[in-house]
Amino acid sequence: MALPDILFYLFAFLTLLFGVLVVANPFSRNPVTSAMFLVLTICAMAGLFVLLNAFFLAAVQILVYAGAVMVLFLFVIMLLDLKEEQRRKINLFGIVTGTGAVLGLGFLLTRTIWGGDLEQAANPRVIGDTKALGLELFTKGQFLLPFEIVSVLLLVAMVGVILLSKKELK
Amino acid sequence: MNVGLEHYLTVSAMLFCLGLLGVILRRNVLVIYMSLELMLNAANLALVAFSRFNENLTGQMMVFFIITVAAAEVAVGLALIVALYRKRQSAHVEDLTSLKL
Repeated sequence: MALPDILFYLFAFLTLLFGVLVVANPFSRNPVTSAMFLVLTICAMAGLFVLLNAFFLAAVQILVYAGAVMVLFLFVIMLLDLKEEQRRKINLFGIVTGTGAVLGLGFLLTRTIWGGDLEQAANPRVIGDTKALGLELFTKGQFLLPFEIVSVLLLVAMVGVILLSKKELK
Repeated sequence: MNVGLEHYLTVSAMLFCLGLLGVILRRNVLVIYMSLELMLNAANLALVAFSRFNENLTGQMMVFFIITVAAAEVAVGLALIVALYRKRQSAHVEDLTSLKL
């Protein structure tokens, strides 16, 4: 097995393991633990992005997700001062049906992925570094309008957040 | 067997299912929100894999926009959760049932 394949299995395993620990950590129900494992999931996923030659997105994933978004999460968790989530009455019916539905969806997705013949290049050469993505974004024209809209969206989100976090909502 | 598109898509599907499981099973609003992020990331992984194996950068552009929008979405969502907590003193979905019929 070639090295990239071994690395793929390693990162895929890490991603899924940390993902499980985000959702259902057997040792701790604390949201801070979930947030920390989400950071690790995102970092392992950045490794998968590197294996897919998406270098720019791997960097952005670490910077934006593991950096900015998760810091925001941790700030809010500290702000809310949540106590350890106490065990409430477990809704067994909900757990069984929910898990069943998710398992069904997973089965369907896996069947679809492995059943059909996916079109794929045998030796993909596309490289998503900063230069290639910048050229795609700014010279082809089809992404210029979305880019501007996203910048307006960020401004709107900022104003909205400031309004929502004011002391009394009118 | 060489690692191909199917393998990445399988990881993505499993991650998506994990996120969905978290949304359904967990009772803490913040953890539910983290599970949503997990689902978004799973979609991102699928898009990057498609982009790679179809030799086309459009998928990666899409992921670029998704990450930007997700950052804005997280900021707004967390502000909403903080506002909700100020009103209700709870981050449990079972305490937030005023829309329930």
